[in-house]
Amino acid sequence: MATVAVKATAYCLNYASEIGLRYGTTPYQEYAAHPDSQFLKDLAAAAKPYEFAARYAPNLTYIGAMSTAELEAYPKPCLENLAAQVTRFGKYGEIMPEDEFLGLLDICDVFDLIWLEKSFAAATREKLAKHPLLTEAQLKLLEAGHEQAAIEAEAADNHALPLFINGVLVGCCRRGHDVDENLSAHVLLENLASKAGAVLSLMHLIKNAGLTPADIDFVVDCSEEAAGDINQRGGGNMAKAIAESAGCANASGFDLRAFCAAPVAAILASSGMVASGIRKNVAVVSGGSIPKLYMNAREHVKKNVPPMECCMGCFAVLLTPDDGASPVIRLDAVGKHSVGAGASPQAVTAALVFEPLQAAGLKFTDIDKYAPEMHDPEVTVPAGAGNVPEANFKMIAALAVMKGQLEKAAIPAFVKERGLHGFAPTQGHIPSGVPFLGHAIDAMQTGQLGRAMIIGKGSLFLGRLTNLADGASFIVEKPGLGAAAQESVSRSDVEAVILDVLGDLAKKLKE
Amino acid sequence: MDLQNQKRVQEAAEKYNAEDIIVVLGASDPEGAGIYAETVTAGDPTYAGPLAGVSLGLPVYHILDPLLKAEADPAAWEDQISMMEMVLDGEALTAAVAEMREQHGKSVL
Repeated sequence: MATVAVKATAYCLNYASEIGLRYGTTPYQEYAAHPDSQFLKDLAAAAKPYEFAARYAPNLTYIGAMSTAELEAYPKPCLENLAAQVTRFGKYGEIMPEDEFLGLLDICDVFDLIWLEKSFAAATREKLAKHPLLTEAQLKLLEAGHEQAAIEAEAADNHALPLFINGVLVGCCRRGHDVDENLSAHVLLENLASKAGAVLSLMHLIKNAGLTPADIDFVVDCSEEAAGDINQRGGGNMAKAIAESAGCANASGFDLRAFCAAPVAAILASSGMVASGIRKNVAVVSGGSIPKLYMNAREHVKKNVPPMECCMGCFAVLLTPDDGASPVIRLDAVGKHSVGAGASPQAVTAALVFEPLQAAGLKFTDIDKYAPEMHDPEVTVPAGAGNVPEANFKMIAALAVMKGQLEKAAIPAFVKERGLHGFAPTQGHIPSGVPFLGHAIDAMQTGQLGRAMIIGKGSLFLGRLTNLADGASFIVEKPGLGAAAQESVSRSDVEAVILDVLGDLAKKLKE
Repeated sequence: MDLQNQKRVQEAAEKYNAEDIIVVLGASDPEGAGIYAETVTAGDPTYAGPLAGVSLGLPVYHILDPLLKAEADPAAWEDQISMMEMVLDGEALTAAVAEMREQHGKSVL
């Protein structure tokens, strides 16, 4: 059975409320249509500060400052039960404040796209100098800054996007070309922000794995951005740009795109590279998405619910050859949603959950935890999208009933026992199964969890090329669990032994 | 309801007689189903899409409405819907859509 070790994980949030208030898709489109919109005023008034986001239990769970079991037991709603203290750093990563994130954007910018105001640049430099992971070499890339008037002129005359902290202009993102819309300031800000978030996660990953940047062999980016110009709109290789900014001189990389299914697809593709020996280790990374900031805020504002889509989510996962001690991804039983599988939830769940279980000779109840789309329900329920993870767990349980592996009455217990409370930011690709991977490998290493299934799904129809949905899944388990199962004798094992014996007997008879 | 789907519904309503089409929803959340139903009857409540201020009054039903189930091929239902029937609150979804249909609909089945 081919396996690949999950050596380490990292999860970070970039608090980016003021970017979101202007450049998240919902506010951005509203501003274009109705610049004096009451919704925009109400949203700005309702937006919560960093200190609120860094006390919110789902965010703390995402960065590993709380376990998923602690979140399960946490008083709900989490929005009305903020943690007593602000927590910036968790076991897996951090929630970076917006001013420092703008500084990081500048550090990751090699084309002089980001301009920061002089005094803001100086103040941010001081803060970033205290960051535990940023190096001297990276800090040197932070610009000295520009005069406020120059930034104002760049925004007024040259289509640069202004950047604010506490409502004060502190910088801008400039366009990369005068007529190419693929290099407009808006597109470049999205790409740079995704890159910077991925760089931050990759640095945390390297620390969490106990490695140096030079140890990273290959990077695969699975975000939802397209980097390129008019002649190659999605030309790509954000991965290599990310590796460069994180100091990974020995790494190369490439990008993989599959909408929200991309993280799982990227982990599978990378696992294949590691298992085959093409790469000795691969970091699968993704930054977050500016467009999805405040995506559902219209409903949140209407219902007087704090709009919590103020953080970009990012992550990194390190895959290495199976070392016998780390939890492993099984490559003998992966979920694939084929073109002909059908698009009904039933068909998708069968392809992604039932079929890999069948391939592995496992039952639904052999998986201790399922991790499908892990959206935070306190964001999605008021937006009218329901409790997404809970709906997924119910679907898996219902399919188990249809396959005769579970009593219908046992559905609620199955959901409670094998489900999880959603804690991921609604950042499209980010919630898609992978946020649980860090918690899962921790629980496997302490013996609290045996086996989990990570499930990613994507909505390909958004690209207007196909009406198909997509998905991928894999099983991750504690070391030795699959090998132990394989030690038990199967029918095919017995048949093989009998054939050997008969062969030997025939040979002897001939002699 | 996203803008593209609003446009598709609007085009269908213009191309065919409103009496000859029904809108079948598959939404999983009663509140969301209610908003979709409101969109194709009274108009887009968010005033963001092509149906803003356009009251089509179309007959709209949730797929889990017993009225529709009675019309469905049992084998296709078993193959495509039965799992979700176990998962979703069909009664609440049916009621949420019916409320909008009865308030704003111009025709029913």
